[in-house]
Amino acid sequence: MGKNSLQVLKGINFKVAEGELVAIMGSSGSGKSTLLNIIGMLDVANEGTYTLDNVPIENLDETKAAKYRNQFLGFIFQSFNLINYKSALENVTLPLYYQGKKRDERQEKALNYLEKVGLKKWATHLPSELSGGQKQRVAIARALVSQPKVLLADEPTGALDSTTSSEVMALIQQINEEGKTILVVTHEEEIALMCKRIVRLKDGVIVEDTLVNQKKAL
Amino acid sequence: MKTLFDKDTWQEIFSSIGQNKVRTIITVIGVLWGIFLYIVLSGAAKGVDNGFERQFERISSNSLFVWGEVTSVPYDGFKTGRSINFKLSDVAALKNRIPEIQHIAPRNSSGVFGGSKAQLVNGQKKGSYNIYGDFPILTTITTKNIFEGGRFINESDIQNKRKVCVIGERTLQELFEEGETPIGKFVRINGIYFKIIGVNKFVDGGGPGDDGDIFLPFTTYQRLYNTGEYVDFLLVAAYPEADIVKVEADIRAVLKELHHISPIDKRALGGFNIGKMFKQITQFASGMTFLSMVIGLATIIGGIIGIGNILLISVKERTKEIGIRRAIGATPKEIRTQIMLESVFLTVIAGIIGIILGALVLSAINMATKNMTDLPFTNPTVPIPYILGALFLMVFLGTLIGLIPAHRAMSINPIDALREE
Repeated sequence: MGKNSLQVLKGINFKVAEGELVAIMGSSGSGKSTLLNIIGMLDVANEGTYTLDNVPIENLDETKAAKYRNQFLGFIFQSFNLINYKSALENVTLPLYYQGKKRDERQEKALNYLEKVGLKKWATHLPSELSGGQKQRVAIARALVSQPKVLLADEPTGALDSTTSSEVMALIQQINEEGKTILVVTHEEEIALMCKRIVRLKDGVIVEDTLVNQKKAL
Repeated sequence: MKTLFDKDTWQEIFSSIGQNKVRTIITVIGVLWGIFLYIVLSGAAKGVDNGFERQFERISSNSLFVWGEVTSVPYDGFKTGRSINFKLSDVAALKNRIPEIQHIAPRNSSGVFGGSKAQLVNGQKKGSYNIYGDFPILTTITTKNIFEGGRFINESDIQNKRKVCVIGERTLQELFEEGETPIGKFVRINGIYFKIIGVNKFVDGGGPGDDGDIFLPFTTYQRLYNTGEYVDFLLVAAYPEADIVKVEADIRAVLKELHHISPIDKRALGGFNIGKMFKQITQFASGMTFLSMVIGLATIIGGIIGIGNILLISVKERTKEIGIRRAIGATPKEIRTQIMLESVFLTVIAGIIGIILGALVLSAINMATKNMTDLPFTNPTVPIPYILGALFLMVFLGTLIGLIPAHRAMSINPIDALREE
């Protein structure tokens, strides 16, 4: 806790069912990133409860949080956050490495997911040799490879142009169609409309929670 | 422990330290230089130690010379300025009264410390050389290398006062034709014929002597130079465990008593304590070994601090990467282990290369100095336990210093790390 503590979230109460594709919207400072961090177990709420797949997430120490993140969650970031000296394939295998999976299994699974995002041919390339959209697709493959319960995407299209954004969102929609629960933090109305439900935050509280008619990305 | 032998762990380590190769290499050189200095310096110190030991291998390391000079204090009715001459009877007295004495070789000489050199003539050739009257016991204190076919003076020579002599290597070259066998031939010493019984190969090794020395049986020398019961100097060897400094003091006390010398007269007896000198040199050599180890270890520590420093910088640079790893499920412990293993790995690699380079340099020095027998330096080595000890210390320090960047890495908050652009 810093010297100047600031209450960001002021009472959030919401549920996400399995298979939902939820957009969390809000202007900057509205608390959407903090909410995502708490869901992502990168941050802990001062009070309140958090239950994931009937498992109460409580008494989190760093090690426990790391294990849960590894098992339950997949992260997709605005700036991709790939490790730049590792090839696409190595980046995708990393969560499995921390799961203690055998090398062959890691390679095989990672290749499968790279194929799924359409980048099998680029497996040996470094992130610097990939375009923005490709990088984000590698990041999605990495988020999926550990077969998490929930995918957390923090402004997944924030660094991409509109065409690539649509491609990435199409992939996210496709993954959702396959049954994965996905939370997307965004401030772009257009992206939010590609989800199935929009939760609007303002000054730390939920001001709107509506189901929408999903617009297909492509 | 499992992570230590996991191929993947090492792959992670290689790929992360391989990121900045130049920096990694320079860092490694810091430690490498330390262990290299440690190996070369302590090896060289050992070489000096061995070298001095070789210089003294011809003479018992616990021995001393003592001779009579001129009194400087009036005592017991004698005025000052009296010359002190030892007698053969002193030998028995010393041996009786000082149990630490193992052997005493009384010696007479001419040409070395005074008196004229002996004139040797063989046909047309002649030369003058230092000459000694010796007992066979001499060879138990200082070894003589007699060329094949010859021998040194023996008991029978002493008893029969034989006119035999052992000549030096140079004497042989100067008085005989090349290839000529001198054994059994006769040479004239101060006009008297002596049969040559041996040729001594001179090796410098403490005490007086050169390669032209002539050795006669003590009794023959007595007659030749008319020395009676007098003895020029004594070569005394104490038992190896005896304190040679104390033995010298005891010998002087006894001799002073026997020859009516004032106990406070410092000039009446001359002496040269090989044992004491040997001890001082040994101490000097071990001091050098110690110093070189200190320098080496200090340099190693300096190098390892460098590794810690670089890893700290590298952790700072890799904040984001560590954040990513944390976000996708690396536990703090896994991050810490990785950074510490990087530290230990760099240290060990540097250590091994340093040891190999050090050993190569030592063997090169060894090659270069092999034939330089005058140089007090031979066979520079470092005992294996010292090397293993240094390596162990390096692993230990590498782990210790690795804790600092590892702790820094562990305390990285993934949220902050990922927010950083």
